[in-house]
Amino acid sequence: MEDSIPVNQKIKHQELGETGRPWEETVTTSQAPELGLSEALELEQGPETGLQPRSSPPTMPLSGARTPDRPVDDLVGLRASFPSSAFQELPSTLSPLALARQDFMAPWQSDKTTSVIPEAETPHFGHLEQLSDKGGSTLHQTCQSKGNTFHQSQQTKYPLYELRDVSDHTSKQKELRFDIFQEDDSDSNCHLDQPESGASQVAPSMLEIAIQNTKAYLLKTSSKSGLNLYDHLSEMLTKVLDKRPENAVDIIENISQDVKMEHFSKKLDTLQNENEMLPTYEMAEKQKTLFLQGNVEGADQELEDEIAEHALPNIMESAFYFEQAGVGLGTDETYRIFLALKQLTDTHPIQKCRFWGKILGLEMNYIVAEVEFREGEDEEEVEEEDVPEERDNGDSEADEDDEDELPRPFYKAPQAIPKEESRTGANKYVYFVCNEPGRPWVKLPAVTPAQIVIARKIKKFFTGRLDTPIISYPPFPGNESNYLRAQIARISAGTHVSPLGFYHFGEEEGEEEEEIESGRDSFEENPDFEGIQVIDLVESLSNWVHHVQHILPQGRCNWFNPIQKSEEEEEEEDEEKEDEKGEEPDDTEQEVGPPLLTPISEDLEIQNTSPWTTRLSSNLIPQYAIAVLRSNLWPGAYAFSNGKKFENFYIGWGHKYSPDSYTPPVPPPVYQEYPSGPEITEMDDPTVEEEQAFRAAQEAAANSTEENEETEEEEDEEDDYD
Amino acid sequence: MDAESLLLALELASGSGQGLSPDRRASLLTSLMLVKRDYRFDRVLFWGRILGLVADYYIAQGVSEDQLAPRKTLYSLNCMEWSLLPPATKEMETQTSVVKGRFMGDPSHEYEHTELQKVNEGEKVFEEEVVVQIKEETRLVSVIDQIDKAVAVIPRGALFKTPFGPINVNRTFEGLSLSEAKKLSSYFHFREPVELKNKTLLEKAELDPSLDFMDSLEHDIPKGSWSVQMERGNALVVLRSLLWPGLTFYHAPRTKNYGYIYVGTGEKNLDLPFML
Repeated sequence: MEDSIPVNQKIKHQELGETGRPWEETVTTSQAPELGLSEALELEQGPETGLQPRSSPPTMPLSGARTPDRPVDDLVGLRASFPSSAFQELPSTLSPLALARQDFMAPWQSDKTTSVIPEAETPHFGHLEQLSDKGGSTLHQTCQSKGNTFHQSQQTKYPLYELRDVSDHTSKQKELRFDIFQEDDSDSNCHLDQPESGASQVAPSMLEIAIQNTKAYLLKTSSKSGLNLYDHLSEMLTKVLDKRPENAVDIIENISQDVKMEHFSKKLDTLQNENEMLPTYEMAEKQKTLFLQGNVEGADQELEDEIAEHALPNIMESAFYFEQAGVGLGTDETYRIFLALKQLTDTHPIQKCRFWGKILGLEMNYIVAEVEFREGEDEEEVEEEDVPEERDNGDSEADEDDEDELPRPFYKAPQAIPKEESRTGANKYVYFVCNEPGRPWVKLPAVTPAQIVIARKIKKFFTGRLDTPIISYPPFPGNESNYLRAQIARISAGTHVSPLGFYHFGEEEGEEEEEIESGRDSFEENPDFEGIQVIDLVESLSNWVHHVQHILPQGRCNWFNPIQKSEEEEEEEDEEKEDEKGEEPDDTEQEVGPPLLTPISEDLEIQNTSPWTTRLSSNLIPQYAIAVLRSNLWPGAYAFSNGKKFENFYIGWGHKYSPDSYTPPVPPPVYQEYPSGPEITEMDDPTVEEEQAFRAAQEAAANSTEENEETEEEEDEEDDYD
Repeated sequence: MDAESLLLALELASGSGQGLSPDRRASLLTSLMLVKRDYRFDRVLFWGRILGLVADYYIAQGVSEDQLAPRKTLYSLNCMEWSLLPPATKEMETQTSVVKGRFMGDPSHEYEHTELQKVNEGEKVFEEEVVVQIKEETRLVSVIDQIDKAVAVIPRGALFKTPFGPINVNRTFEGLSLSEAKKLSSYFHFREPVELKNKTLLEKAELDPSLDFMDSLEHDIPKGSWSVQMERGNALVVLRSLLWPGLTFYHAPRTKNYGYIYVGTGEKNLDLPFML
């Protein structure tokens, strides 16, 4: 009996997971001051007599209507029961404890109401505790003898708990409390041991350990909801016992859910969810505007105008054909891009527009539109690049003039090759990009030859943000928007093809010119184009031609002569199209590339493989199949044709294919900074022998002069004497 | 990607641009059913497509009950007739590591590679140039195996491990949450773990042995070799490998849809460190 009681008490203490509870226990005395005082008095009286008055307190909990709404009473009952059981086995040690408790009675009294924190889970705990568990389980594993210091530490700890936020459910508090009570009990039990050496302290048996572990497991709080199973079960059962519904076993799950719902009126997770979902909703909002733009109030006239406009191509049709080839972005994504392009054409004065493709990036992707502005409506860009260069030149010259004592460097920066005018060459089209359909379109700047030349030498992934700097060697003049534009220019020049005859040179061009210097750079659609058989398109590459000018190694399409010589020798250098690393000619050899509208059969091979792969879209139904062209040089570039129509498309990372690994270019050799001459050149210090020889020679010379002088003097002297 | 949800999967993975044409799609749906029946697979995955110069290979993999057991690989040129490929071995890998360039598209094509081999003739040891023939089929097997080992991805929680050993599909997997989906640590390599034992005890203490039994992606070298993007607002997370360009993994958060597909040339991107 005595053993079971300490066990009981300890279990209760162990399982007190909530802040208020243990204090409620200990402080029950304060809550029921009479009871506590009487108990304390009883304690002081002596162990044996203490038993009698305790018969009354235990009856308290059993009487009285106990409902969840009146936790105060329950707690009182609880507390009444606890100390009774607690004090039962502490005959001799009660005085210090009682003293301790008495001390707290006063402060606790004032906090009577506040300390009664009706945590919903707790009230029934003790009740059930009493009912269920009377089994023995080990309570005291450590019997540490602690002296008064222990009590004092207890005393100090109590006010801490008082102040702490009772609604806090940390397990740490629970442990702390448990520790205190553990110590309390162990202390008490130690004291118990001393006077009652005869009392057999049962060593913790396996069963007790197991039961304790089970209880501990049941009391484990869930990380998601903060509940624990023990409390939940106890609440459920209390509810059932109070309400006594019919067929309780059938509705037990509902009761469980209801009990859970009572705890949380507000789901704390909703805040997090909202943050997560916000970007989705934002995106959806943006795309909604895309869909709604068509509903802008417009008269019928506007509608007719729109229909008459040819600026927007039929992207869905091209997407359908590309899908036959296995290339594409998915129907609804393509439709959104379609709408975004429509928005682009509505807001800008665009003559022609085309969906160029998609370039993948690390963080975001780019959707690229190729656009040709209407005549005369081209937005002029301020040429900022040339101006600073001139200024720099001026400054350097000024410096040189001021300090012409410094040796002049030989190095002269090569003259920057000016970029091509808009609408010609590499800048024939203007490109707009956006990250996702619905986001605003951004215009890419025009490309300069220097950018193309360096873009050929580096290989970098796109991040998706246009202002990312490109850190590379050789240093790229610009940021990601320039690099993107350069790659787009290279891809267009390399992979935009059309069936032979679709485009032809306009009549005004005149006859074919022998001089390749002024290559033809404009073409027109051929109205008499009759189409080519799909089979022919697949079988022979000569049925396809490039319709974008090849970019010379210089970085331009039309040769620019950096040295202003009037007449040039025309040197026919047939530089093949796929020559990636064109060497910059030291002298002004004119760079020549394949003229416009050359068939792609002339393209250079990559290590014995053809640069293009042709395929019929379907082998099963060849009569409606289309010809699909896939570039091996720029993986991701596709072209299709069904004989009459054609389209080019790019989807990929934006890099060229090379069977060998990329090797970064080596830095150039160090320039000679200044002319070396004897004033600047460092000379070796003379060796010892040389110095000695030199000194000897000098001395010899000096001697000879001295001798001469002496002889002269002597002569003079002689003269004088004479 | 699972053959049963092929259409949805292709739609979700279409952000990378390369997919399948309608006739291939239709033939796949039919033929993969038959493959599953004939070979008695638990699941059939459409692995992807390797682009060759003349023809493309369509690859499928069959998974048995134990999800991490070596999968059987099949290839087809027309999505109708499938042939089983031999399992990959180390010798194959060393042999094919010398072959560079595109796949031809013809499984019987042989690559020639000249090697210097030491030949013992009597007492003399001299080097002779030997031309080694490597079949494209071998190369195909080895490349598929490398890609699987390097970049096949599965989200955390999709598979679980029982104490007895076999790894099962987790039917209660409801998808990753949005915040989890953006982190690389919520994705695992779909292969036997290699780095798991190198973790410190402290790290292992936080792992759940039934769910965290594979290597996660966040320690991949080089760092940054995965591109994580959210598409369609936050409704789809797409992982693209930069080491093997062409591998796309998609997952719709809070749903059960996930999968990966490889559409590419079958070449490793060795320039990755320069490109980052």
